[in-house]
Formats: sequence, C-alpha cells, structure tokens
Amino acid sequence: MDYDAVVIGGGVIGSAIIRYLSLYNMKTLLVEKEEDISSGTTKANSGIVHAGYDPEPGTLKAKLNVKGAKMIKEESGKLHFDYKVNGAMVVSFSPNDDYKIDELFERGIKNGVEDMEIISGDEARRLEPNLSENITKCLYLKSSAIVCPFSLTQALSENAYENGAEFKFNTKVENVEKTEGGYKITTNSGTTITTRAVINAAGVYGDTINNMVSEKKLHITPRRGSYMLFDNETQGMFNSTIFQLPSSKGKGVLVTPTVHGNLMIGPNSVDIPDKDDTSTTAFDLDYISKEALRTSPSIPFRKVITSFSGLRAHEDSGDFIVGEVEDAPGFFNATGIESPGLSSSLSIGEMVARMVADRLGIEKKENPVLERKAAPRPKEMSIDERNELIKSNPSYGRIVCRCEEISEGEIIDAITRPLGARSLDGVKRRVRAGMGRCQGGFCSPKVMELIEKYASIPFDEITKNSKGSNITMEDKVYV
Amino acid sequence: MYDVVIIGGGPAGLSAALGAKKKGCGNILIIERSEKLGGILNQCIHNGFGLHTFKEELTGPEYAFRYIEMVEKEKIPFLLNTTVLSVSPHSVTYINEEEGVKTIDTKAIVLAMGCRERPRGALNIPGDRPAGIFSAGTAQYLTNIEGRMPGKRVVILGSGDIGLIMARRMEIEGAKVLAVVELMPYSSGLKRNIVQCLDDFSIPLLLSHTVTKIEGRKRVERITVSEVDEKRKPIPGTEITFDADTLLLSVGLLPENELSRKAGISMSTVTGGPVVDNNFQTDSDGIFACGNVLHVHDLVDYVSSEAEKAGENAALYALYDRKEEKKVIPISVFGLARYTVPEMIHEDTKEDTTIRFRVSNVKKDGKIVVRINGEEVISKKKRIMAPGEMETIIISKRILDKYDSIESMEVGTED
Repeated sequence: MDYDAVVIGGGVIGSAIIRYLSLYNMKTLLVEKEEDISSGTTKANSGIVHAGYDPEPGTLKAKLNVKGAKMIKEESGKLHFDYKVNGAMVVSFSPNDDYKIDELFERGIKNGVEDMEIISGDEARRLEPNLSENITKCLYLKSSAIVCPFSLTQALSENAYENGAEFKFNTKVENVEKTEGGYKITTNSGTTITTRAVINAAGVYGDTINNMVSEKKLHITPRRGSYMLFDNETQGMFNSTIFQLPSSKGKGVLVTPTVHGNLMIGPNSVDIPDKDDTSTTAFDLDYISKEALRTSPSIPFRKVITSFSGLRAHEDSGDFIVGEVEDAPGFFNATGIESPGLSSSLSIGEMVARMVADRLGIEKKENPVLERKAAPRPKEMSIDERNELIKSNPSYGRIVCRCEEISEGEIIDAITRPLGARSLDGVKRRVRAGMGRCQGGFCSPKVMELIEKYASIPFDEITKNSKGSNITMEDKVYV
Repeated sequence: MYDVVIIGGGPAGLSAALGAKKKGCGNILIIERSEKLGGILNQCIHNGFGLHTFKEELTGPEYAFRYIEMVEKEKIPFLLNTTVLSVSPHSVTYINEEEGVKTIDTKAIVLAMGCRERPRGALNIPGDRPAGIFSAGTAQYLTNIEGRMPGKRVVILGSGDIGLIMARRMEIEGAKVLAVVELMPYSSGLKRNIVQCLDDFSIPLLLSHTVTKIEGRKRVERITVSEVDEKRKPIPGTEITFDADTLLLSVGLLPENELSRKAGISMSTVTGGPVVDNNFQTDSDGIFACGNVLHVHDLVDYVSSEAEKAGENAALYALYDRKEEKKVIPISVFGLARYTVPEMIHEDTKEDTTIRFRVSNVKKDGKIVVRINGEEVISKKKRIMAPGEMETIIISKRILDKYDSIESMEVGTED
C-alpha cells in the first residue's frame, strides 16, 4: 500500500481532515483536481463562523457547528489564520415574524450556543447605525465570528505538510476500487494510488466519489450563491454580520464585513444542474442587491469591486454525511458539507481523523507540530518591526500591490512557502495582491514575473487558476 | 526639511518639479513607486504626444524622456521603487527597500499620483470569471512592456482613449479586434483616435451597446453584447455573440486619491479629485494637486502645463510662506459644463487664469461663456464640444483687472 489514508479534495474540509490525520502516525496524501487548495466551494463563501443557532437540534450540523466554532477560535492562535469575533445579528422586519426570533433563541439554547441576547430594533440600530428602520427585533449572537476561508485552509494544509502529509495537485480521481485490505485510486494521469483508507471530501463531487464504491448512492445538488464585494472604503459600515430570518433555502442574504474589512453581501440560493457553473447572472445580482437593501438602505453599490458565485454541496438528506460507509469499509465520507460547513470544518476534520485512526488501529504521534509559523505581515507590524524586517530582507520594502499595500517579499513568500501559489489566484488568496479595488490591474504582470522567477513557470504558461486559464498567449510580441 | 515633495514621477510630477525649480526652489524631492520615471507614458509607445508642448509628434516614452532629461539636468533628486504610505500637511511617509518606512518633513506637497482604470467589478457584468479579461492598460503593459500577447480575438468594452489605442495595437500585433462596444451614444475618446485606431483598421464601433454576458470557464470563449435603450438598459433580442478569447475594458479612469482621502482633503464628487483653487492648492495647508489625480485629462500636454503651474505655486508657498488670506470665490457651472478645475478662484488673482472643464454631452455650434458678477465677460464659439475632449478657457489678467472685487464667477456653455 502506498498510503495509509488518501483524502480526495483540497478544500477546507479535506485540508482539515488531513491536518488532523497528520497528527497520527500514518502516511497520508491529499489529492486535488485543481492547481491549488481552496479552489472549489471554499473559495466562494460567506466566511462566517456561525454561532450555531440555525441547525435543527440533534443533527450532525448542530453538533459539529457549535464544537467547530470553538475549535476555530482556539486554533486561530496556534495556526495563525485570519479570524475575528465580530458578533452577528438575525433580524426580523415585521412584528408578525418576531416570534421566529424567539424560536431561534430557543434553538440556539438547545444547540448549546453561548452569549445570545434578544434585543429590540432600536437597540440593534444603536449597535449598527446603518441598519434599516424597518427592523423590529433581533437575535444578537456575540460569539459569531468571521474567518478568511483561504487563510484557514492554507493554515491547515501547511500544518499537515509540516507533519509529513503529502499533496498532489492537478490530480483528478477517475476511479476508486475496493482491493484486498484497501482501495486503488486511478487518477487523470493514469497513475494508480493504493491506500488502506480513502476519505471523500470532494465537495459538490462527493456523490460521484461515493457512488464509485458504495451501493448506498448519494445525490448532491450544487446550490449556487452569488456575492458582491465592496471597496475597503466601506470598512466600519457594519461591524457585525447581519442575517435575515432563515428560510427553508438557507440563511438568506447577509450583510457582513469580511475579516479584511471589505463589506460583502450575498448569497442567494439557486439549485443548478452543472457542478462547475460558478457564473453570476444579472437576475441573481439584482436579487441579492434588493435583499441586502432590506437590511440596510445605505449599501453603497457604486463601491462594488467584484461579484462572484460559489456552489454549496447540498445532499438530498439535508444533513452532513460524515463517517465510514457501511458497504465500503475503510472508505469515509465527509460530504454534503454545506453551511455551516466552514464553521464545522475543524470538528469534522478531528472526527474523521479519529474514525480513520480507529479503523486502521494507528496511534497519535508523540510530538506533532501544533503551531504554524505564518509568513510576515509587514502592514500589521509597528514601524520599528517593519523596518527591522526590511533591513533583513529588503523585498518587504518594495510595494507591488498598491491597493492592499502588499510587498514583493510577501508575494515571494506566497510562492515559495510549502504548497506555494502556482497561479495568480493562488497568490491573491494567500496575500491579497490583486484583491483590492483595482482587481490586479497594476500588480498582475508584476506578480506573473515573480511566479515566473520563483515557481519557474514560463510566463505564457502562468494561469489565473486551473489548467487552461492562461493569462497570455504563446505568440510573442515583436517590438 | 524639504521645500516641495512631489508624489508621483509621471508627466505631472516631472513638470511640477520643473515648475518648482523655476521659481527658485532648491530642495525638491520626487517620489516614484515604479522602477523608472515617466509614469504611464512608458507604456504608451504610440505617437501623438507633445503637439502643444514641443510642436512635434512624440511617442509616450520620448515625451517622458524629454522631461526626465530636464529633471536630471536641473539635478532634481528623485526616489524610485518608493511607495508613499501617507501624507499630512508638511509630512510624507514612504517605504522602500533601502530606507524602510520613513517620514520626512516638507513645507509643500504636490500630489501627482495620476489615475487608474475602472475594473470589471465596478461594472458588475454577469457571467463566468475566466482568464482573458483585462483592463486596457494592463493589456497595454503586457504587450508593450512585457512583450506578451494578451489575446487573439478581442472585444473591447468602452471607447476611452486607451481602449481605442489598444484596438489598433492588438491589430498590429496580429490579433483580430472584433468590435469596440460603447454604452453611450457617443465615444468618450478623442476623435482623432477613433479615426486613426478604428476607422483606419475597419474595426466596428458599436455605440449604445454593452457587454451582457461573458462565457468561458477557463479562458474567455464568448462575449455577448446587446444594444441599450435610452436608460442604458439592454434591449432583449438585440444580442450579438462574438467568439472571442479576450475582453478588454476601457470603461473610465478614476483619479487615484487613496492618499488624498486618507489625508482628509476635500474631494470633488464630479471629478473624483481634490477640490483646488487657482493655485492648485487643496483645502489642506500646503498640499497641492495636479494632473490626472485632479481630473482626468485628454492630452498629456495639458497635464504638463497645469502641473508646472502647480509646482510654481507650491514653490512660492514654500519659499515665501505665501498664505492666501483673501476671499476665495467658488466657480459655478451651467449648461453642459460638469465641473471646473480650479473649482475656486482667489478674489485678488491678478494673472491669466486657465479654467478647464468637460461637458456632459455632445454639443455642436455652441459657446463657452464666462460670467463675472453676473456679467458676460467671455463668449467663445465652439464648433463642437464632446465629453471625450477637455475644454479650456483662459480668463485673462485684463478681464480680471476690470473688477475690484469678484463676487461670483460662472463657467458654462450656451447654444
């Protein structure tokens, strides 16, 4: 057997699983079909660490959400990802609906959510002055937080790597087959990988992977949600995350600051047939705009810097599917992970790792690396610290991305760290170069030069993200 | 302590430095964030620059080079690869590789940061988000500086000057430009660019059209455009789909005023630049502004002449502690004039004053009119005025001299 355990999928769930697996004495591998981690559902979601008021009590979602939220808070100090407790409000727009706020409060109590309070519309507006006059009642969740999904996923996978986990990118799983004592995985390159255990964290493709080995078929519907992101001039418009009352389709359109201070609105919820269709439509953008305006009439639409869509992996059962598959021993699912999936990522990771270790009879490592050293963040340093850093490495003094004030040194780090960026989006997700108001207009050619130099990828082969998304064409310009 | 620190080493910054030097300023510093002086001109390898300033047609790099030579001859110091992090009256904080983060004191500051392009996000075009979507300026950089081909079958949204120039550039490099698409019923670019860059290359210009869909998972594969109605809403049934691999955006320029805003300088909501008086001073003590950071110009020649003035005034401020205590008269606009730069004039101004503005719509056979204290003092016939071109009117010293006190000034257009 090549490996003890192979994780399929490099989103936040796959990365959390391999991180917790890497704390055990086993040989592990993560395979990802795209060129980088965080390339599917993880790259386009709300970035909220939900307090846990919403899931039906008794479900896996309820149990894993509350626990996962606590774990994220604890780990943020050790794995060093971008995380902030900012509080959240669920708001009602009519006295007729106010009873639903009370119901959510009760549900929160049952789920073990701490630090909840019911406040009036006026009190809510005192805390968040840009809220609509029409808001009548509010569930205030003080423990709700925001997290950068890329930063969390990067932290988890880097820590796993440090603990010996292996990663293969541009590697799509074509087939999984039961063998004596394990599984044989066939990939797009034709190579096969043998392993004792397989963990399915393939996001919207979780059903496809499951159905390769199990007669207990799953069915996942991509549920698309669109977002609009605003210039960071909007910083401070909202401090908390504002939810409208949830419906059967999800938590509704929210208005939230991101952990980096941009205002963000979205998502809507549309079931679509195509698992790769992350396009936006005029209809969807119009819908989230109108819904967000209900929450706040002062959303500054002139300051939108980008809009995008993500896909939730909605399984027909409606709950997370986590655990060993009955008719496929050694094959584990972590699928149907829609909201609150990000909030539950660490608890899912820990739970799956323990199940796999139990099944394989493998013990924990004696001294795993539990802390991750993050790359320097000059912008967040004091002037003295920053100057010290620049003295030791002058490239931290050369600004490449003007909008987000990102230096050449930080971009080089993003490329040269373990599991480093190989594409423009990869750099953008790690250090935010190109994430600002000019959306990479100025810095992208410079970033490409750095990728060419430090990742040794020829300029014309540099991609925006996955294979085939080349930025420039092969023909040279003759000047 | 510096006399004048100039932020930006493009055409505005270089000219401002020379203006300050001309007035006898000895202690000037230009701060430039890229690796050479000249700003955006370095990537504008087409000709058409300098007709007013040098009475000859130069390329962008040639035009820049003339100014760089003058700056070097005057031994005006400059810093390269240096980014300004913040400004406040009489102090500038910058960062570079050699000095780290450093704050310097100065009597006067000239903001000359130029402008940047409006990105796709500002347009909210629905569809996929593949590679192959560039702002025209980014495509220009890739082509002219990096020597790379941004694409082969190109649609350009927006008929701003950079878009028009890039249409021709891509054709020359062997790409096919399928269409230039403009939301408005008129182009926002210079007439000469429409003739020389589109007509001469038989590139269709679709007015009152916009991009309504972008398709392609990895790289752009198809671009759909639609005609728009008077309210600029797409008209269903008018869709045209192009098999394109590239979309260039030339949908407007925005003065780059992050620093100005952080410094609390009052900004014009029309131009996106600081509000200045006829000395190009902002409402922040000793902070001046000029060039595209103030308002987007059509010709670099005008940037140079305006910036020289700003530099001169910054020098006078620094050297003679020139403080304007006299009354400032706001300049109001009428007719099709959208704004003026300067936005206000000192009552005791006793020199020729250049007022620049843009119109909101195309106007044939109209007039530019200036009124002081309600009296018409200038009425200049204009055969054609268009939003793509900047209008200039000079109020001479002779006219200003006639008034002991200026109570109001209005600049605008009439039929």
